[in-house]
Amino acid sequence: MEAGTVAVERERPLERAREFARGHPAQAALVVLGAIVIALVAAKGLHDVAQLALTGLSTGSIYALGAVGLTLVYGILKLTNFAHGDFLAFGAYMAYVVNVSWGLPLVLGIAVAMFMTALLGVVLEKGMWGPMRARRAGVLQLILMSIGLALVIRYGIQYFAGTELRTLDVNNTDTIKFLGLTLGRTQAIVILIGFVTLLGTGVMLRYSLLGKRMRALSDNLDLAETAGIDTSRVILWTWVFAGAFAGLAGVLYGATTQLQPEMGFELLLPIFAAVVLGGIGDAFGALAGGILLGVVIEWSTMFVDAGWKSAVGFVVLILVLVIRPQGIFGKARTL
Amino acid sequence: MTDVLPLAVSFEALTSMGFWLGVGVIAGAYTIFTLGLQLNVGFTGIYNFGQAGFMAVGAYSMAIFVTDTGINFWLALPLSMLITIAFGLIVGLPSLRLRADYFAIATIAASEAIRLTALNARDLTGGAQGIFGFGDSWESLQDTIEGWLMDLGWSDPDTLAPLFIVVWIVAIGLTFLLSRVQGTPWGRVLRAVREDEDAARALGKNAYSYKLQSLAISAALAAIAGFFLAINLAFVIPDEFGPTFTFVGYSMLVLGGLASYWGVAIGAIIFETLLEGLRFIDLPISEVKIAALRFIILGLILIGLMAFRPQGILGKREEMVLGD
Repeated sequence: MEAGTVAVERERPLERAREFARGHPAQAALVVLGAIVIALVAAKGLHDVAQLALTGLSTGSIYALGAVGLTLVYGILKLTNFAHGDFLAFGAYMAYVVNVSWGLPLVLGIAVAMFMTALLGVVLEKGMWGPMRARRAGVLQLILMSIGLALVIRYGIQYFAGTELRTLDVNNTDTIKFLGLTLGRTQAIVILIGFVTLLGTGVMLRYSLLGKRMRALSDNLDLAETAGIDTSRVILWTWVFAGAFAGLAGVLYGATTQLQPEMGFELLLPIFAAVVLGGIGDAFGALAGGILLGVVIEWSTMFVDAGWKSAVGFVVLILVLVIRPQGIFGKARTL
Repeated sequence: MTDVLPLAVSFEALTSMGFWLGVGVIAGAYTIFTLGLQLNVGFTGIYNFGQAGFMAVGAYSMAIFVTDTGINFWLALPLSMLITIAFGLIVGLPSLRLRADYFAIATIAASEAIRLTALNARDLTGGAQGIFGFGDSWESLQDTIEGWLMDLGWSDPDTLAPLFIVVWIVAIGLTFLLSRVQGTPWGRVLRAVREDEDAARALGKNAYSYKLQSLAISAALAAIAGFFLAINLAFVIPDEFGPTFTFVGYSMLVLGGLASYWGVAIGAIIFETLLEGLRFIDLPISEVKIAALRFIILGLILIGLMAFRPQGILGKREEMVLGD
């Protein structure tokens, strides 16, 4: 900004890089990421870095699935949904009922979890968020309502299922080995499901009419309505997607770890971090942010004790909020 | 999770003075805690969701000073408050430049980072077992106050009576002080910042600096609440300082009403009485279910209040900071 005509001539390389980063944030982020990877490989060896990255991809795709729903809801409804993490927990427990209590295949459990969580989203939209929007509720009002909702879901789960740890009926011992790397079979399936779903979402958002409408609403709801888009229908579909993905992410998380009522809150902050990392309201950013965060958290275990893992997520969240609140891919104007 | 008052359930307890004094102590600590939220949310318009983290910093600093360095308890209190204020500034300096909802997320993340540090930095904080053995100085004061109570004719004062008295003297004193401060030019600027930050800036007021001061004072209040909580429990553990504590504070805040300092105490008393009174409803269900039920009710109260009476009991409609 202070760069006058004289300054432009004497521009140093650092400033030129800064200028470039301002214009091309995605490329600049890739350059920084590449530099970090090279530094890590140099310090810790290729095998460790690749192995942890692979593990990170599994949690990362779970974060990404959670984050894309949260960010769509935020972008379109301007609702910071603190209950989103508990949507994941809700989905996981739904799958548990089908998979363990009824002894049916997990695939069916996933389907039921996605359906029920989507239904939960739609019911809450109809019964709670829609009416509150009609009353022009403020930011804090909606945040506190979503916290109340989070408590109801979390402790509702605890009421019915108790606090004990539960596991889904999955094979967690088989591993796949390739290129000298090891990956749990379940984790490989999680990565596969995650990436296919995320790719599908990306294509849907970019090319389908519904996806375009969603992005239009996210840009400007009033303008989208003026342009003749049936906004209330798109909003319902947004909840269907957010709910279904949250349910799926919850089951995948439950399949790789364990189920407990608090799991939703534990997932909420990394998901927020993924959303913020990708630029809040930006669905593509949330996908990338989730995967990136999963990998970064795993890498962090090379330097700090694994007990600090979740703290790393918060540190990333705070750092991004402080340094680039518009997200690593976002441009300043989107704020 | 955070069980507010670990007491056995019995009918006698309903009429037991010790039980209600215990409820009163917690309500008093919550009042002080929530006064900070009132200053931030009700009067400055910043949504601080990290209050439990600040409380943890206060309580842990005090415990570490007394047990590790052997500093006198009464000196440790102001020192811990200063440390908590410093934490408030560290959290606020970068994050107060953010939009309201980002700030909420940043503060809740900061508070969780503090709790995880308490859990993982075992050498300093004792990990999940926490720290105990910092209450000697308090106990001697407690004996003195018990002596005064006996002089006044209370033959056998309850052990919790001194703490109850001190906590409420401090809570009422702080409420009074903050209400007075609100009428000063400084307090009026805070409200101007809440109403319209740009307008306040146009008048030459450094809105950012006022927000930072508000957050720092709120952190100091959280530290005081943390001292009382620590004294009451006789130990500090990470679980006591989870984000649920902040959410309960917000419930009391909106129940009592935004932009009303006296409403805070009312909200805290009603809320604690309700929550603890629930123990006496004889339900044929397990402990876990009853604990879950308490939080379900807490959630429903929050949702119901926000939907039907967002200004709370004593809140003023014209000072509604909720609707933008």
